[in-house]
Amino acid sequence: MVESKHQWKAWLYLSPAIVLLLIFTVWPIINTVYISFLEGYNTMGAAAGIQYEFGFANYVNVIDYKEFVTCLTNTMLLCVLTVPLSTILALLIAVCLNAIKPLQKLLQTIFFLPYVTNSIAIGMVFAAMFNVIELSPGVIESPGIINNLLGLFGVDPIKWVTVGSSYWANIAVMVIYIVWNALPFKILILLGGLQSVNKQYYDAAKVDGTSRARVFTRITVPLLSPMLAYVVITGFIGGFKEYSSIVGIFGDDMGPTGEPFRLNTMVGFIYRAIEGSHVGRASAAALILFGIILIVTLINLYVSKKKTHY
Amino acid sequence: MKVVLQNLTKIFPSRNKKGEEVVAVNDFTFTIPDGKLIGLLGPSGCGKSTTLYMISGLQKPSGGQIFFGDDDVTELSAENRGVGLVFQNYALYPHMTVKQNIMFPLQNLKGEDKLTKTEMIERAYTAAKLVQIDDLMDRKPSELSGGQQQRVAIARALVKMPKVLLLDEPLSNLDARLRLQTREEIRRIQKETGITTIFVTHDQEEAMSISDMIVVMKLGVVQQTGKPQDVYDDPVNLFVAKFLGTPPINVFNGKVADGKLYIGDAAVLDTPGVADQEVTVGIRPEGFILDDNGPLVCKLSGIEVMGRDVSVVSTHEASLNPVIRSIINADNKIAAGETVSYSLKAHKVMIFSKEDESRIYF
Repeated sequence: MVESKHQWKAWLYLSPAIVLLLIFTVWPIINTVYISFLEGYNTMGAAAGIQYEFGFANYVNVIDYKEFVTCLTNTMLLCVLTVPLSTILALLIAVCLNAIKPLQKLLQTIFFLPYVTNSIAIGMVFAAMFNVIELSPGVIESPGIINNLLGLFGVDPIKWVTVGSSYWANIAVMVIYIVWNALPFKILILLGGLQSVNKQYYDAAKVDGTSRARVFTRITVPLLSPMLAYVVITGFIGGFKEYSSIVGIFGDDMGPTGEPFRLNTMVGFIYRAIEGSHVGRASAAALILFGIILIVTLINLYVSKKKTHY
Repeated sequence: MKVVLQNLTKIFPSRNKKGEEVVAVNDFTFTIPDGKLIGLLGPSGCGKSTTLYMISGLQKPSGGQIFFGDDDVTELSAENRGVGLVFQNYALYPHMTVKQNIMFPLQNLKGEDKLTKTEMIERAYTAAKLVQIDDLMDRKPSELSGGQQQRVAIARALVKMPKVLLLDEPLSNLDARLRLQTREEIRRIQKETGITTIFVTHDQEEAMSISDMIVVMKLGVVQQTGKPQDVYDDPVNLFVAKFLGTPPINVFNGKVADGKLYIGDAAVLDTPGVADQEVTVGIRPEGFILDDNGPLVCKLSGIEVMGRDVSVVSTHEASLNPVIRSIINADNKIAAGETVSYSLKAHKVMIFSKEDESRIYF
């Protein structure tokens, strides 16, 4: 066979990537698993040559840790709120974009812009829109454009992200921000899917007198289901890794002034543990997060297998 | 339902500013009688599919009118015309089962026409039985063969009892054997339902074999309409003569002089009343008679045995085709030799003007 004769060549060409992946991805993962089972492991101790015992202490430590439940709740809540919302919005926008002819390319570009914009920068702009203008050194408060707009409808200014703001106001801001940030990629994928759908299905539906709503629910959505599944799965994975968006709006404190770390997430939890050189705890938390993502993804795949048409 | 096309014209604008617009269908006037099977026939790009899509309502004519019966439907959109359309690649919804596909048009019905679920299933099964796929109702299109998909597509078009059934190249995705079978099937279904049916094809054999009438088109212009046999026997021009018939008609350079038709130096036929001129001569393959004393002497290059018939392949310097193919009854023994001589059946010989390729009758 021709393939097997030249197999070594394929391995040769792949080797740079494989070597780098082994060193910088596979080994750290193995190491993380290993460290997570070393009881009470921290970098200082390891440097001093302390031998650690195997056990589940790190995992117990993570689950007992007071911040863990907050982080997990925040992460889950953001996922559950933002993924469906952004997917539905992206689908509607993609369908509308696909339906128009003039300016389609221009609008496509505009909708894609947030994707190429730095998320911290976007976070700062959002914070300003919602009422904080400068995060440091001194926090300057203003009503913000959102409150000004709401004021037109007679709504009293709401404290969105500042001192004394409520948890749900914070979450609302985060949801709006994350959804907005997630849209471009989803629109791109769904629009690509829409444009590859055979136009004859729509012609056939038209000849059969199908209403627009039925064309959407019975033809467009099922034919897009592989892309929708992809977008939902990657959305959940991204959602569980939410971190920089919160830093973008609330700064390193991950919460409004006076309520630090109120909006901390799983990834934030891991970073904080590393900062405190509790590498064992961080590793255990990372593996717990991995487990959660794995389970959610498996559920997603199971559901999409039943509902998706490929 | 009678379908009347009146001065139907479709002009596609050019892609860029400099380009020329394309006249896909030019001034098409034709009446399709109620309950007949009509074949729109022509080479690719002749406007036959465009005509079909204009009848369906998916494309708007640039000029002219379309009538279903006495109703002008020109301005009516596709969903309000009550046509059934079978697409070339069937356009079955891949995520639905056969049953769901067939029921889909029924579920769209609104108001008075609305059906109960039982009625829908009943109608779906009736349509499926008609095309003999009622045992495949729970399969997905991807689990069906090309021929079965074709039947599903026809059932889906028939289930809403359309006034007119339109088929776009219905057999082009099927293999040769299935094509023969399916075209008989289409004929049978059309006869059973009595629905006026128009189908588009580039395959003359297909059109000839099942149509009540054929319409031969070229570059957007209708060349000839009529019963298949009439058009075959009596083409109005060289294009139609060449387009119909397998093997194709044999074409020669010839001339008419003193009331005789000459191919090369041989006077092959009397053509009284035709003015002296250079002409193009068309001879159907079945128009040759083996005759040792025949006037047309060709160089023999081979004999193809086809069982019932024998196809004699020969060449002649006046021939415009690379080879001359004649179909001879297999009972005739052909002596192997350098040449083969023919006399001709007058009604299988047609002559055409060199100028505009129109038929010259004699």
